[in-house]
Amino acid sequence: MDLRLTASNVKKVFNRRTIFAGISFSMTSGQTLLVSGRNGSGKSTLVKIISDVLTPSDGEITLHLPRGSTKDGRFPFVGLVAPYLQVYDEFSALENLDISLRLRGLAARPERALDLLERVGLSGRTNDIVRTFSSGMKQRVKYAMALMHEPAVLLLDEPMANLDAEGMAIVRSTMEEQCTKGILIVATNDLTDLEHFDYQVDLNVVR
Amino acid sequence: MSSGDTYRPSWGRAALAVFLKDWHSELRTRYAISALGMFIVTTISIVLFSLGSEGAPIEALSGMLWVVIFFSAMSGLSRTFVAEEERGTAMTLQLHAPSSAVFAGKLLFNGVLVIALTILSAILYAGFINGFVIKTYSIFILTIAFGSLGFAAAATIIAAIIARASTKGTLYPVLSFPILLPLLLTVINATRLAAEGALLEEAFGEFQILISYIVVVVTISSLVFDYVWKD
Repeated sequence: MDLRLTASNVKKVFNRRTIFAGISFSMTSGQTLLVSGRNGSGKSTLVKIISDVLTPSDGEITLHLPRGSTKDGRFPFVGLVAPYLQVYDEFSALENLDISLRLRGLAARPERALDLLERVGLSGRTNDIVRTFSSGMKQRVKYAMALMHEPAVLLLDEPMANLDAEGMAIVRSTMEEQCTKGILIVATNDLTDLEHFDYQVDLNVVR
Repeated sequence: MSSGDTYRPSWGRAALAVFLKDWHSELRTRYAISALGMFIVTTISIVLFSLGSEGAPIEALSGMLWVVIFFSAMSGLSRTFVAEEERGTAMTLQLHAPSSAVFAGKLLFNGVLVIALTILSAILYAGFINGFVIKTYSIFILTIAFGSLGFAAAATIIAAIIARASTKGTLYPVLSFPILLPLLLTVINATRLAAEGALLEEAFGEFQILISYIVVVVTISSLVFDYVWKD
């Protein structure tokens, strides 16, 4: 079976308040999903559930892989870039990438780390401590970290946040590349700069 | 598809990565080491000044050693999870490492920290406090080893639980005390036996309690950690 991500009647409740309910979709490799909705509609919550860092109150998300399917433990196959995701700012950009791979239980790949840092425009700052970086540069480090393990599913929550024109171009090329390799999910309110998506979950409607 | 085919993760490598990340982070920030060091020096100084040149019964001196270790440990051990929450990197860690590897790595880090803390406290305490003389070193060394591991095991899961609370600082010792009480009573008794010159066999009962405590705490922690760590 090829790569496939399915959501069945996903519901999330916080403190007796239903954030969203009845979210279902199914997508395969090469397809894209847009998650939209006003502030507080639960875009980030849905992204976290798909990423496997939050548990849905009801329903389930299943990632079907060529070697079998997994309902729990999807995170090894997911890359996430989001404003609320922080990097370790006492380490350098290169060390952060190394840590991200080792925490996943994978062997270090210094060449790939250097390639990715060059790709996100940080080749001159690889050994600088992240604490000294601007918010846009930290966002670029997050992109490199999310791509280090070549994720089957790439989730981008507010992908253009803090980025300049050059950074936005990097994001667009990253999104295009992911479409050729796996699944791309983008959560944003800023629809002005985004290309065509195969599917859309509008949380203003499904609530 | 890329990673699904080539993914060859190692749980041990992930747990070691969590430990090494915390270790290198601590070497750079020195938050826990500084807090623990200052607490040891301060509490031993207070004990020293309050006793003066007068001695105290060995039961009291054994108890005070573990009071020093308990409060010193409380000042630094929660950092392992609290720092992740405060810096906003807890989700980064959730997204990268299996929860069991996170627990194992943090337990290892706290274990190393507590053993270092206990050894330093014991050396300073024996060096400065009148009347605290260890006669059976085998009992004392085993007590320090098992006591440290028990401390680390309980402190790690409690730190994970309180990390998301708003009153972390006060909650940590309050929650820890009842959980650590059986351990404290046992290590105090074993330390007293070591100071009185008891035979190693006489302390077997204490060691059995300490080993049982470590096994129970680590087992329960492993089972509940996933629920504590996620959501």
